[in-house]
Amino acid sequence: MTFATALRCRECAREYPLAALHVCEFCFGPLEAAYDYAAIARATSRGRIAAGPETMWRYADFLPVDAAQRIDLHAGFTPLVRSHNLAERLGLRELYIKNDTVNPTWSFKDRVVAVASSKARELGYSTLACASTGNLANSVSAHAARAGMEAYVFIPSDLESGKVLGSAIYAPNLIAVDGNYDEVNRLCTEVADRYPWAFVNINVRPYYSEGSRTLGFETAEQLGWRAPDHCVVPIASGSLFTKIYKGLKEFEKVGLIGPVQTRMSGAQADGCSPVATAYREGSMNFRPVKPKTIAKSLAIGNPADGYYALRQLKETGGSCASVSDAEVIEGMKLLAETEGIFAETAGGVVIASLKQLVETGKIGRDEVTVAYITGAGLKTQEAVAEHVVQAHHVSPQLEAFEARLGLGVEQRQSAAVEVR
Amino acid sequence: MATKRVRLTFRPELITLPIIYELGHQFQVITNIRMADVDEHVGWVVLELEGDAGEIERGLDWAQAKGVRVDPIEGDVVEG
Repeated sequence: MTFATALRCRECAREYPLAALHVCEFCFGPLEAAYDYAAIARATSRGRIAAGPETMWRYADFLPVDAAQRIDLHAGFTPLVRSHNLAERLGLRELYIKNDTVNPTWSFKDRVVAVASSKARELGYSTLACASTGNLANSVSAHAARAGMEAYVFIPSDLESGKVLGSAIYAPNLIAVDGNYDEVNRLCTEVADRYPWAFVNINVRPYYSEGSRTLGFETAEQLGWRAPDHCVVPIASGSLFTKIYKGLKEFEKVGLIGPVQTRMSGAQADGCSPVATAYREGSMNFRPVKPKTIAKSLAIGNPADGYYALRQLKETGGSCASVSDAEVIEGMKLLAETEGIFAETAGGVVIASLKQLVETGKIGRDEVTVAYITGAGLKTQEAVAEHVVQAHHVSPQLEAFEARLGLGVEQRQSAAVEVR
Repeated sequence: MATKRVRLTFRPELITLPIIYELGHQFQVITNIRMADVDEHVGWVVLELEGDAGEIERGLDWAQAKGVRVDPIEGDVVEG
């Protein structure tokens, strides 16, 4: 069962049944799942959640699917790591890293695809589909394999081999499209119109996007049932950014946490920053852009939820940073070197943006801050391959090792003192 | 007859031009605005077009040649 009651237009509030619909027929606004919060409040409790599985499905009462039929790769309930080294480096008193690199296919997309694929099967679909440059393709391929569903995954034909492999191993129908970004986009929209498939981020998008709320739920639970003061979230389509906040507000609504006064700040790369640009201009209307950045998982030039992200920035008193590709690389290295977490380029965008927001006073040093790291670094190795330390090559003799590293009697004695 | 839903984005210098009016006159398509907004930086219109499929495409190609950006109403569907 689910406590979702309808799909509701985010613009005109017209309601529709819980079917594979994503656009309001009246105003063409996007549809979003609506819930019976009074019923959720009666059913849920901190104890019930804590006794649930150590996955995102511990929040099943808040999801628009029948959890008994879920497609479960054990996504979610990822670590919320208290940062000491990075916090000290940035001058923050209480900083946490939400480490979503450790999901089953190594990105937060497993959360949204878990919900979309479960709902697709519940609605009678036998085929999952998506268009992606990496993380989403990996997750759809894996979930389809787990569910025994057919998968069609559309990718640009010039995608790096490592990213192709991350989907190909699960044996989907992998379609490499020869064409520019806009042409791939248009083809996929037309395919979605023509074939009776569950396109996870098109016709079942109202369910898909709800999965991101679990990041908000987890943050509150892992902080000891409280909302943070400030969240720094990467913005691609804008969905993740808005849904984390929605999750926090829902926990408040059903009485699981106290009043939420979280400020939501966004992170984008300079080469694809339609939301950050509109924010700086004080406009609620973004201009679509042609992406040109190494942060390809954030390269959405015409973000579906861009307007809602801008509205949330304004309503919560947050800010939106954008950073250069060089800063993205520095951000990836900084997180790895201080906290031992190897993030993909989107994580570099978040850490570089966090640094910028602290340095410009947009994040207060005493604010309880959470930075969301949404994908693992092994997916984007090429971005940092030439920017990391190189191996010391030595011949297999102790003397050669010590000579190469400049080690000698002094270092051996100081080590011995430390042992005592 | 076919229908198509699109989002048109106008740069500031295009905002004052009657492009949707001309689209409906130069091509055999019915234009039906569902949502729109404009400020000094950008203007956008969510539009339903009705007519022969080829004529709709010719009309949208003409609008693009004028400098208008034409997108599916879903935004970008290629995700990271």
